[in-house]
Amino acid sequence: MSQATAAVKKDSQAEHHEELSFLYKYILPVDHKIIGMQYIFTGLIMAIIGGYFSYAFRMQLAFPGEVVPLYGLVGPGEYNMLITNHGTIMIFWVAMPVLIAGFGNYLIPLMIGCDDMVFPRLNRLSYQIFLVSALVLIASFFVTGGGFGGAWTSYPPLSSNAEYSLTDWGASLWILAVALEFVSFLLGGINFITTTMNARAPGMKMMDIPIAVWFIVIAVILFMASVGPLIAGAVMLFMDQRLGTSFFLPSGGGDPLLWQHLFWFFGHPEVYVVLLPTMGIVADVITVFSRKKLFGYRTVLYTAFATGGLSFVVWAHHQFIAGIDPRVANVFVVTTVLISIPLAEMMFSYIATLYGGSIELKTPMLWALGFLAAFLIGGVTGIYLGASALDIYFHDSYFVLAHFHYTFFPITIIGMFAALTFWFPKMFGRMMNETLGKIHFWGTFIPFNCIFLPLFFLGLAGQNRRVYNFQLYPDLATQDLQNIRIFATLSLVVMLIFQLVFIYNFFVSMFKGEKAPNNPWNANTLEWSIPSPPPHGNFKTLPTVYRGAYEYSVPGRELDYWPQNEAPK
Amino acid sequence: MTTTSSQSVLLATSESSLPRQPKRAEPPVSSGVIGMLLFMVTEVMFFGALISAYLVIRAGLDEWPPWGQPRLPIETTAINTLVLLVSGFLMSYSRNLFKKKNISEGRKWFGYSILLGTFFFISQGYEWAQLIKFGLTVSSSVYGGLFYLIIGAHGFHVIGTLAFLIYAWNRLGAPVNPITSEEIFPVQLLWYFVVCVWPVLYVLVYLD
Repeated sequence: MSQATAAVKKDSQAEHHEELSFLYKYILPVDHKIIGMQYIFTGLIMAIIGGYFSYAFRMQLAFPGEVVPLYGLVGPGEYNMLITNHGTIMIFWVAMPVLIAGFGNYLIPLMIGCDDMVFPRLNRLSYQIFLVSALVLIASFFVTGGGFGGAWTSYPPLSSNAEYSLTDWGASLWILAVALEFVSFLLGGINFITTTMNARAPGMKMMDIPIAVWFIVIAVILFMASVGPLIAGAVMLFMDQRLGTSFFLPSGGGDPLLWQHLFWFFGHPEVYVVLLPTMGIVADVITVFSRKKLFGYRTVLYTAFATGGLSFVVWAHHQFIAGIDPRVANVFVVTTVLISIPLAEMMFSYIATLYGGSIELKTPMLWALGFLAAFLIGGVTGIYLGASALDIYFHDSYFVLAHFHYTFFPITIIGMFAALTFWFPKMFGRMMNETLGKIHFWGTFIPFNCIFLPLFFLGLAGQNRRVYNFQLYPDLATQDLQNIRIFATLSLVVMLIFQLVFIYNFFVSMFKGEKAPNNPWNANTLEWSIPSPPPHGNFKTLPTVYRGAYEYSVPGRELDYWPQNEAPK
Repeated sequence: MTTTSSQSVLLATSESSLPRQPKRAEPPVSSGVIGMLLFMVTEVMFFGALISAYLVIRAGLDEWPPWGQPRLPIETTAINTLVLLVSGFLMSYSRNLFKKKNISEGRKWFGYSILLGTFFFISQGYEWAQLIKFGLTVSSSVYGGLFYLIIGAHGFHVIGTLAFLIYAWNRLGAPVNPITSEEIFPVQLLWYFVVCVWPVLYVLVYLD
């Protein structure tokens, strides 16, 4: 199997899947499970880089001008580069690949009962482009002038003129990497939607599809419908940087606001693109660990559609103080506040699912509950920011920063850990250590709140984002505010140290953990009906689906779960 | 895994590699077509963004096209537009022939459609060379930038789709590992898109 020299060996029977050489199994795979893991591992490596960057700039804020251990001195330009690339990496190279591409690839074929994605080669190409994009981004840190420092939103003219950004090639490589990454997810997205439409197991009706799959597909639809304008904008920005055009430069007849519209037309649906997969994963986790049917399957699904539709008409709430017409701003206030209704309904459904269930606090469940609690804070603080009058005060303050970290951190990190701990037995055929998992959860969740809750207060005190050194602003350099900064930074360090527990647990469990049975959590969905880890080709025979994914604790049944593919007696 | 006829094509599907029981229902629309339609949704949004960028920038300027910039060749491009439209019609004609199982005749008209598409691309390239000679470049004005951006984006789609079409034409009915006329349909769809978006761009950029 791992002999690189061995030619592809055919099994005697045509329906058996071939044993592949190491090269074709792990380096150039078409198997969705391996591609999914490639995405997840690349995403995790990028998460380490992004986390390291946040450590460096938080240390600079807490102890300005001092040498940061394990990093060195953080200069002003470097500070900008660190915050820019921290944001870029965490959203585009961690949240997207792990939650959508990684778990999407891994879970969709397993959960809908087919042997692979519909376009396996397209899938491989998608990962390869993604890998190139990650390498281009990493390369941009090492060119003359360093990595791009114009914030992840990359507003021109700061991003389009080398004399303003001082990162000539850094800025160009950054936009190139982002554009490549979108092309990659575009190919992946085509695959996800088509697979879910055409390759479902016999008997699986629309309303039998697990919410995790539904939400990944809805997220991908949102992505595909919104990414075109950003690719167009990226091409224009790249031309402004390298070919001397002036699409976004007022001096040459262009319009800088145009970029903001193109960016946020994508950028706001993007929030829901990363939110929905986590929401779906959490739905699956909480139903399994509360042994209850999902409360209002259809409601949850329709609220996701409503959220998706509304997410296309809220983008200008990022631009309230950018000089757009106040009358237009009013419209966007209404749509922005409106979008909290379907999301609140979704949260309500999840809490109603928990109500009265026999809750089992296993590690994945802790992460799922942690997500719901933390995301609720993120969602509620968003309502303040959606009001244009309040936003004049809050805009670009640490209040905004704390708000979106209370959404993105639960989505990306907590959601990722919920999914990883939940599907780890399926992925690697071994169980993770529960005690270490719980230590890691509390060691992440408590410091997370200690980092970002204080930042709300810094924001209310008037502290702006993207400031390199607050000593330069006497009003903000007071000791009480500085103490809050130091507290947040130390919490971050504690949180990062606790990630070592996860890394240890992850790799030790992968090789030495207790062997996992087919269905360790007694769950219903199809992926638990096959061996862990699933063989190449997944299902020995195509499963037939008889019921929805959430038939837990059905009265009159001996078992408290009812696998989707179990034939009725 | 049984080999399918289109294994080496990027859009090869894995559906046919599942010969096991129970069979899943034959999907009403083939995966290749769905994939291409989804791709076209993104393309529509992409060109939509370019068009809105054009309108926004133009609305912010007093004089359009700016003073001192060459005017675009409306008449020759009109003829060129006609050529592209005819190419699209020929493509749809060949599709009809494919549906009637008249593969060799269909392949012939498919080839003529490719030829007309190539003519369109070459004459656009000639037009660009002339315009650059007259002083319209990407950096000469935002007008030039937008022209090359939008027409260039379309040009990239033309050449990319043509490459796919030529590859498909070559493999259609080839002795080894051929593509069927059904498998060609997604690429034909993409060509319809490229043909249909052009008149919109022509009216927007050249006439207005």
